[in-house]
Amino acid sequence: MKKLLELFLIFLKIGAFTFGGGYAMIPLIQKEAAEKKGWIKKEDILEIVAVAESTPGPIAINAATLIGFRHAGFFGAFFATLGVVLPSFVIIVALTFIFEAFKNNRVVAYAFAGIRAGVLALLIHALYTMFKQTQKNAFSYIIMGAAFIAVAVFKVNILFVVIGAAVLGLVYSFMVQRRAKK
Amino acid sequence: MIYLKLLLTFFKIGAFTIGGGYAMLPFIEQEVTKNAWVSEAELIDFVAVSESTPGPFAINIATFIGMKTAGILGAVCTTLGVVLPSFIIILIVACFLKKFRENKAVKGGLTGLKPAVPGLIAAAIISIATAVLAPDGFSLEVFKSAAFYYSIAIFGVGVVMCFKKLHPIWVVCVSAVLGIACGFIF
Repeated sequence: MKKLLELFLIFLKIGAFTFGGGYAMIPLIQKEAAEKKGWIKKEDILEIVAVAESTPGPIAINAATLIGFRHAGFFGAFFATLGVVLPSFVIIVALTFIFEAFKNNRVVAYAFAGIRAGVLALLIHALYTMFKQTQKNAFSYIIMGAAFIAVAVFKVNILFVVIGAAVLGLVYSFMVQRRAKK
Repeated sequence: MIYLKLLLTFFKIGAFTIGGGYAMLPFIEQEVTKNAWVSEAELIDFVAVSESTPGPFAINIATFIGMKTAGILGAVCTTLGVVLPSFIIILIVACFLKKFRENKAVKGGLTGLKPAVPGLIAAAIISIATAVLAPDGFSLEVFKSAAFYYSIAIFGVGVVMCFKKLHPIWVVCVSAVLGIACGFIF
């Protein structure tokens, strides 16, 4: 019981004090869950990040669920996830009311006109970072280009693009393996 | 039944995006505009708010869209929807972690999924950029408005700040101040 409460509180803290989500949370998770509490070993962090990255869904949620599960089973996973989600949820619900109240204020409208341009810059930067992280080979570039054209030009449902990319990846890596065997 | 629709849509988004917050944005953008839950401009405003408030980006955006579309119960549905697939999948994966990491099918699928993400984000950026720079659609009128030019200037400042590795909150704050200044000047 104490374990669960502890998990909940630690992840509540992590959720309440990290800006930007997923990756921004990792140093804090390392400090709280590995160094202070010793729930996980330091070298496990890398593995947890790798799994969180390669399973669907928000990285922060994946990491919280995984650590909670390892430390205290199903309910550990439940309370860690609840902890990491709750601050966001409460803050955003509150902000939505404030947002609505000030929407027609002139200064706020101007500020958001500027912010939208700023967000575009943030997105370009995110795109650049992700581009740098992808493998540099012909297959990657083809998938990247095809996904872009499918959505930007042909307005294909992203669900199908995602499934298609996974299938192509599967086919491609089996072909590479076959060739390596020969 | 709007609550069920919100829950299922965000469940789908949670289940089919790999790589967290920003990777979800193209999917969210497509669903939100298709269903007309919030406008493109509101979505962009909320990307900024999500960057400047604590917590995972994906949860912030999901909560906001649920809240705007159907109030607190809507927010509960979208948040639950986006969290649930993660939770279930991780519980399954955690039971045989080693096997999962070395599984050839998982590795193969990821080889295709990872490069698709930047492609999808680039597509989302195109439609977001159109909404930011030409909110009333592209025509010659766009080039006559001061807003078009100062938006590009603020965008430029933002890009420089991003590449100087300044925190997104600073980018949001500086753009807000520049936006207010430009709004009153022009």
